[in-house]
Amino acid sequence: MSLWVLRGLRGGVVTTRWPKRPDGYADGWRGPATVHDPYPAGTAGLGELCPTGAISITGQPGAVRLDQGRCILCGRCVDSRPDVFAWSAGTTGPGAAALTRGGLVVPEVTETDAAVEAVRARLFARTVALRRSVHVRHVDAGSDGSEEWEVLALLGPVYDVHRLGVFFTASPRHADILLVTGAGAAGMAGPLRATYEAMPDPRVVIAAGTDAVSGGLLRESDVTTGGVSASVPVDVWVPGSPPSPFGILNALLIAVGRLGSNRKGTR
Amino acid sequence: MTFSATEAGVTELWQKLAARIAAGDRFAGLFAAVRPRHSSDAGAQTALVLSAQVAAGGGIDTMEVALPPGAASYPALTPLVGAAFWYERVIHDQFGLVPRGHPRLAPLVLHGSPEDHALPRHVAGYGMFTIPHGPVRSGVMESIEYLVETPGEAIPHLNMRVFYKHRGIEQRFEGMTAADGVLLAERAEGIATVAHTLAYCHAIERIAGCVPPESAGLVRVLHAELERIANHVDVAARLADASGLAVAAARFAVHKERVLRLVSGLCGSRFGRGAVVPGGVSALPRISPDALLSELGRLEKAVMADADSLMATSSFLDRLRTTGPLSPARAREHGALGPIGKASGFSDDARVERPYDAYPSLGMLPGRAHEAGDALVRLAVRWDEVAASFHLLRQVADELAGLDASPGPTAAACEPIGGRAVGWAEAPQGEVLYDVTLADGRISRCHPRSASFHNLVLMHEVFAGDILTDFPFIEASFGLSVAGVAL
Repeated sequence: MSLWVLRGLRGGVVTTRWPKRPDGYADGWRGPATVHDPYPAGTAGLGELCPTGAISITGQPGAVRLDQGRCILCGRCVDSRPDVFAWSAGTTGPGAAALTRGGLVVPEVTETDAAVEAVRARLFARTVALRRSVHVRHVDAGSDGSEEWEVLALLGPVYDVHRLGVFFTASPRHADILLVTGAGAAGMAGPLRATYEAMPDPRVVIAAGTDAVSGGLLRESDVTTGGVSASVPVDVWVPGSPPSPFGILNALLIAVGRLGSNRKGTR
Repeated sequence: MTFSATEAGVTELWQKLAARIAAGDRFAGLFAAVRPRHSSDAGAQTALVLSAQVAAGGGIDTMEVALPPGAASYPALTPLVGAAFWYERVIHDQFGLVPRGHPRLAPLVLHGSPEDHALPRHVAGYGMFTIPHGPVRSGVMESIEYLVETPGEAIPHLNMRVFYKHRGIEQRFEGMTAADGVLLAERAEGIATVAHTLAYCHAIERIAGCVPPESAGLVRVLHAELERIANHVDVAARLADASGLAVAAARFAVHKERVLRLVSGLCGSRFGRGAVVPGGVSALPRISPDALLSELGRLEKAVMADADSLMATSSFLDRLRTTGPLSPARAREHGALGPIGKASGFSDDARVERPYDAYPSLGMLPGRAHEAGDALVRLAVRWDEVAASFHLLRQVADELAGLDASPGPTAAACEPIGGRAVGWAEAPQGEVLYDVTLADGRISRCHPRSASFHNLVLMHEVFAGDILTDFPFIEASFGLSVAGVAL
């Protein structure tokens, strides 16, 4: 045993200082695709670029819309039309998660600032008591397995969520946050709902990853519900396939009001 | 790789199959599909076709039989070849086709009726009860339900329900283009992204008749071996965690994070997504071979030093030794894949037996022979594989450094129209198979067979004398992903 104590000391501190200090790895990370503003004219064929149908043409000025909640980061659009599409930078910060499903659509259109502010105020009123110590229950609702690795990474020394007062719990009775991954497999709809109902109020639901937000490539499958919002009311939406550990951590802090989400530019 | 169709009945095919397995070939899979009755009149007359996959010599042979029109049942293979147990349950789920004589035809991948959710009891006796463990597990885990029948300590019977997270991957492939299919293959079993993508691409490349450039073969091996190291280190972290070695678990978690960061530095994704495409790879690594080589050196030193310490920690070894043993006879009979097979003296590594990409030109360290087949030996096999992976990776980095300054395209043109082929790759969990059929450039049928699916059923059999507290060790030592089981 003493051997492991010495080994543990040898490596020094590997834990990130984020969010107090910036972290190079978090900042250098690639987020979902986004749309240049402004982009050159000519929208023919743009919609067919995306294998998950995230790109739509609205027929209005600035007509291209990209739903980051459907983006699986394959890069088809960025590779073939770099004049219109680009990677968004980083998966941390206020822009990396949204408080409404529509908030993941870029360029932002669907909601007014006041509406988003109202959603935020309601969420923060619920979570004000949780801010310094929150317990998270994770549920896999049909993931590909990589999301679990990224959530698990948060418990390791590099991300170490315990330093931020975030703890994972086995019992939904002790949980404040329900962290859901996966495309919403039909078989998990019942267990997911039961887990949510076993949680005490106030409770917050995070849909972690493109699969959880929209179903991703499995959106139109008849054995999934195309995202988890069909089973539980989602409060925080995180894109990514899978979302990076920093992205999930960012969403956890947004959920309890310790970081703002400025989707729609209200903050 | 051959496809052979038989006009004779199902029973004759099963007998031929059983004879081949008795002669030393390995049963690799069984599935059903609706296909044209005769290959000559495409689509005019269809039949439900049973396809059995057999690993023999340098390839995967597929033996097929078309069922007569309107057949609602066929004689089961399971009584002859026990490894078909789960495969025939999947066929029953998907097509409602009844394998006559199957020992237990409960739903496997499809969510059944509410009666299927009653707790089954297989063992009767005083004080016996069932612990339903899952589908929402304690800790951050994939969803699966273990039904542990126990009188309190021993585990006379274990039952598994994997249908909770069935995602319909196989069905989703249908109608996709060959290029889009790769995106789904990446997400079939996320922790083995590269191996699934390779197996899929090998099938596509066989159909198109294209050969990836040399540089692509090297980059593919690079990603596949880094994925193997990440998976094996993850298993070590879980085993250390289960035995209460907090520092060891933390250190392996750090090593795993370092591997994932290296992968993301190479290709932009922590799981190697987007790196492998039909015909080759999307790009050369973004890290120079010299920088790669020095990071590999540091990583190898750190991982192997902690591995040596772990294998010298007596409190840890005591928990794993004789835990969850799989006998060599059963491993051979079932055709156990990957580290589970190797630990029980049955090794059929696709990288050695049916080499692909750059593996034929690289030197592989031979693994030590094992027989005991317990959790400890399974971990020892993983460390051998990690050492062999670093050995391969150093060669790959050297070869990449030797490439010309402008090595040309990293992917050959690959535009398949129609045809059928099987592709394979060795995932960290064992061999992955993809049987892909294309028509007019689109996938008409794609059947992935993960090592996790083939191996997980063996968990029924390894609880001889083990008790409840051994459960996490046995589960972790298998190192499988539920996503790959309930495709």
